[in-house]
Amino acid sequence: MSYRLMKGNDALAEAAVRAGCRFFGGYPITPQSEILEYLSSRLPEVGGTFLQAESELSGINMVYGAAAAGFRAMTSSSGPGFSLLQEGISYIASAELPAVIVDVQRYGSGLGDIFQAQSDYHQATRGGGHGDYRMLVFAPSSVQESVDLMGLAFDKAEQYRNPCLILSDASIAQMMEPVKLPEMQEVDPDKPWAAKGKNGGDFKRITSTMYYIEDFDGYIKAKFDSMAAAEQRWENVEVEDADIVLVAYGISSRICKEAVAIARSRGIRLGLLRPITLWPFPTNAFKEVNSEVKAYLTVELSALPKLEDDVKIACEMKTPVKHFLGGANIPESSAIVEEAVSILNSREEVSWLKN
Amino acid sequence: MLSVTCAGFGGQGVLTAGLLLANVSMVYGKKITWVPSYGSEMRGGTASCHLRIGDSEILNPFFSSIDTLIAMNEESVDSFQEKVVTGGVIIANSTLVKNKTFRDDIRVAEVAATAISAELDNPRGANIVMLGAAIGATGLFPVEDFADGIDAYFGKKGRNNPLNRECFMRGAQAALDL
Repeated sequence: MSYRLMKGNDALAEAAVRAGCRFFGGYPITPQSEILEYLSSRLPEVGGTFLQAESELSGINMVYGAAAAGFRAMTSSSGPGFSLLQEGISYIASAELPAVIVDVQRYGSGLGDIFQAQSDYHQATRGGGHGDYRMLVFAPSSVQESVDLMGLAFDKAEQYRNPCLILSDASIAQMMEPVKLPEMQEVDPDKPWAAKGKNGGDFKRITSTMYYIEDFDGYIKAKFDSMAAAEQRWENVEVEDADIVLVAYGISSRICKEAVAIARSRGIRLGLLRPITLWPFPTNAFKEVNSEVKAYLTVELSALPKLEDDVKIACEMKTPVKHFLGGANIPESSAIVEEAVSILNSREEVSWLKN
Repeated sequence: MLSVTCAGFGGQGVLTAGLLLANVSMVYGKKITWVPSYGSEMRGGTASCHLRIGDSEILNPFFSSIDTLIAMNEESVDSFQEKVVTGGVIIANSTLVKNKTFRDDIRVAEVAATAISAELDNPRGANIVMLGAAIGATGLFPVEDFADGIDAYFGKKGRNNPLNRECFMRGAQAALDL
């Protein structure tokens, strides 16, 4: 199969169609509007439905309805639009319906700006809406991975009957890379749980009020525990002998890969732990890291550290965790290497003082 | 791996030139990344795109050192000249880039792209003249192969204008003559 040069947003949209997505409801906002533009012409070609809603609120609730009818459905947004989706996502999670949501992260709180960022980490991984739920959160670091994870997200959403999130950002969404696309998949919407009229059959109800489950606490806990155990995904790069391990996902992990290559060429033992799922956070990945590692250094495109929290939890606070932030200014790989070296040097000073 | 920045006014076909370079590179088996930068300005503002082209996986799509700069206007030279590596190449559209002082540790190909494309009756092909000059000056691909790649690209879209190839060849020739 030959390569196609595609923008991250267009690739996400085409991958959704090929994964059997037949409904999109949403509202445009930079830097994810290409997803709507693409699907507005593409979905009708395959018998699907594209609806530009009057707001993100109606978009996510249309997805709720389409999912309840058994169809693979999605919406996408960014920044303030992603905030508006949260109530609907909570409802979809509570009703135990599959759906895929895309957040193309942009910088800043409030209106912020349209360029790349990784500031929505907590909102994405903690369940940005009310109540007791989590989304499986997939963080692609390339256009190809955007394609691959979109297919997986739809499958996992259906497997767990839970919304899944693709957490992209303005740079991956706007850049172009060669991609290989999967074959087109047709997915039967006739699910045993789908609401499609009684038609002489059993009465079915889809609801977000769950009082009818006897042990609701235990049921929800077991559901999300099983996802946390089974769905961790990561990529480790040269962590087995590393003195410092960078932790980064998405676009910043690309900068870190270059930093690792630069460091290694200078004899500095630098590694990279790249979470591919952000929830569940890949705590198992830390078992592959050099047990003598001196420190972890997160690289995040945001003004405040967030990923750092999860790294501290994953290493049980036994190893120092530092952060290197950017966003408005994209960090340079050489600066990341310098930071790693300065952490190493400062730690050597400390141990020398102890002697 | 080659890091290329292509810059000019919005509307000069800067992003398209980069896109052509990316596409033809991909068809010839290269790994590439293409990152656009629109700025917040409306039409007529500055636009640029940044490509990395190599034989193995491109790790970081961002770069601060430029190997080849395709500068469609003076502002592009002002913005990016300092980032060009020693021994790097600047292709300057000399129809619009006038009285600029260039660093003496880089190679500069001054090509009157806007004038050449007008002369060939393809005024929107100035970007392709510049692309021709870039291929000629860097030797990234054999000139004829790349011209075939351009034909194939536009042919696939069902609107190949043979004047594009002429623009490309004139640009390549101008760079080779320097």
